Amino acid sequence: MVSGSAPPVRANIVLTVNGSLRRLTVDTRASLLDALRETLGLTGAKKGCDHGQCGACTVLLDGRRANACLALAVAQDGSDVVTVEGLADGERLSPVQEAFLAHDGYQCGYCTPGQLCSATGVLREAARGWPSAVTADVASEPPLDDAEIRERMSGNLCRCGAYQGIVAAVREAAR
Amino acid sequence: MRPFAYERAVSAEDALNRHTDDAQYLGGGTNLVDLMRLGVATPARLVDVARLPYDRIEHRADGGLVIGAAVRNSDLAADLGVRDDHPLLAQAVLAGASGQIRNQATVGGNLLQRTRCPYFQDVTKPCNKREPGTGCPAVHGDNENMAILDPSPHCVATHPSDMAVALTALDARVRVRHSGGEDVVPLARLYRSPGDDPSRDTTLRPGDLITAVEVPGRLDMPARYRKVRERASFAFALVSAAVALDVADGTVRDCRIALGGVAHRPWRAHRAEDALRGRPATEASYRAAAEAELAAAEPLSGNAYKVTLAVNVITAALAGLGEDA
Ligand SMILES: Cc1cc2nc3c(=O)[nH]c(=O)nc-3n(C[C@H](O)[C@H](O)[C@H](O)COP(=O)(O)OP(=O)(O)OC[C@H]3O[C@@H](n4cnc5c(N)ncnc54)[C@H](O)[C@@H]3O)c2cc1C
Ligand code: SF4
Ligand code: FES
Ligand code: FES
Repeated sequence: MVSGSAPPVRANIVLTVNGSLRRLTVDTRASLLDALRETLGLTGAKKGCDHGQCGACTVLLDGRRANACLALAVAQDGSDVVTVEGLADGERLSPVQEAFLAHDGYQCGYCTPGQLCSATGVLREAARGWPSAVTADVASEPPLDDAEIRERMSGNLCRCGAYQGIVAAVREAAR
Repeated sequence: MRPFAYERAVSAEDALNRHTDDAQYLGGGTNLVDLMRLGVATPARLVDVARLPYDRIEHRADGGLVIGAAVRNSDLAADLGVRDDHPLLAQAVLAGASGQIRNQATVGGNLLQRTRCPYFQDVTKPCNKREPGTGCPAVHGDNENMAILDPSPHCVATHPSDMAVALTALDARVRVRHSGGEDVVPLARLYRSPGDDPSRDTTLRPGDLITAVEVPGRLDMPARYRKVRERASFAFALVSAAVALDVADGTVRDCRIALGGVAHRPWRAHRAEDALRGRPATEASYRAAAEAELAAAEPLSGNAYKVTLAVNVITAALAGLGEDA
């Protein structure tokens, strides 16, 4: 479908990205993913499908994991965004990053930024006692066993099939 | 994508005022942004309603809920009161999409998400829902995942929401704000059959704003959401069932049965419920009740399997509850 003849609409927004205040001008059509990658040059978050189906674009939006490809940048004005570039504390990797290294949680690495941000979100959700679709009693606060990890990470696909390492890494990071 | 203006509404009133003929409300955007990218939705203006102050869940003493339309799906499923009083609802929400999407998606947007019919999503194909009068290629085409109950020759699409199936079993209602005031609409009247106008998924008029979902007091019977899909997680339902069962002295006193993946709307299985009340709580009764519902099925060339699947899912879900009871 061709774009109509209407001119693009631009908007000024403010985001906190990996701890720094960033002012940017975006086309209202731009996704948060495009704003991060194209406007801010943060190419860690990847564009796998651009339809919410693969998780390669996962970032932490106001502390919660989200697919940046489905979020309009303009709608996130005022939000806090953490990308894979912001997970480490300087040279010190986060526990999730360390665990992915220790357990070979990747092969080609394309899905990895999304896996790392998603796993970071999973640990926070589990720490708050959130149940999942495989939790037998949703009123309980389930321990993060392998079945729970697999279900909670199911929004992140890996074409290389590094799933065994990913599950082991999340299991270790959860300890 | 067509350029569009973006505005953030600060109140329901403000949202209604900002909504023009070529506008659409924006929730989490997880469905609408995708459809805009595909060229299926072409609004000239988005009115963002995700930050309206409808982000709380009110709990009544009897377990009743008032869920704000801007509550995120994940927060609904994580709410302790919801998990205690309406586990069926938490299960259905958790059965949908992924952790990321549930963090973004709002309750209002979940209810009004559009069908996943592949022709609807492909602007190079005809589709009565997207472009009225162009025809429905799914009737004789790729229809494995289409409706088996209450289909129309004009559209055989299914409604994709898991949450809406549980809410249908729970007799939930939506609060709708419009220029003339507020209506409270039962889900059974919110969703509609395709008939000869499949372009409308619901009975809402353009500009109507959902502000909340009301759930009546807790069901005093065990309940369960069962979903069958092509892979273990992160896929839409082929068939799903929200069931509840009240058994006393081996007899079914009361029950609730709603189905997903079988019709243009979340499907309340009234025939099955009527067939089951007063019957012995046995697998044979559950199956007979399921068959009573599915007797009306009109499968297409590729989806007769759903009739068997729906009978089996209902039977197994009820049998699972019968054991708890
Ligand atoms: C890969 C993928 C897998 C998925 N799998 C599942 C699944 O298994 N089960 C399932 O149930 N869902 C699934 N979903 C769908 C998901 O649940 C919906 O996209 C989501 O719930 C929509 O909510 P939203 O707030 O993002 O809505 P939006 O995309 O913002 O809006 C959807 C529609 O609702 C309208 N709207 C939003 N809020 C209001 C309001 N308050 N009043 C009036 N109109 C409003 C919008 O105008 C739009 O037409 C999946 C989605 C994706 C991308
Ligand atoms: S089933 Fe409905 S949505 Fe799908 S092509 Fe036919 S008219 Fe369009
Ligand atoms: S690129 Fe966002 S989910 Fe695939
Ligand atoms: S490591 Fe290659 S896609 Fe996951």
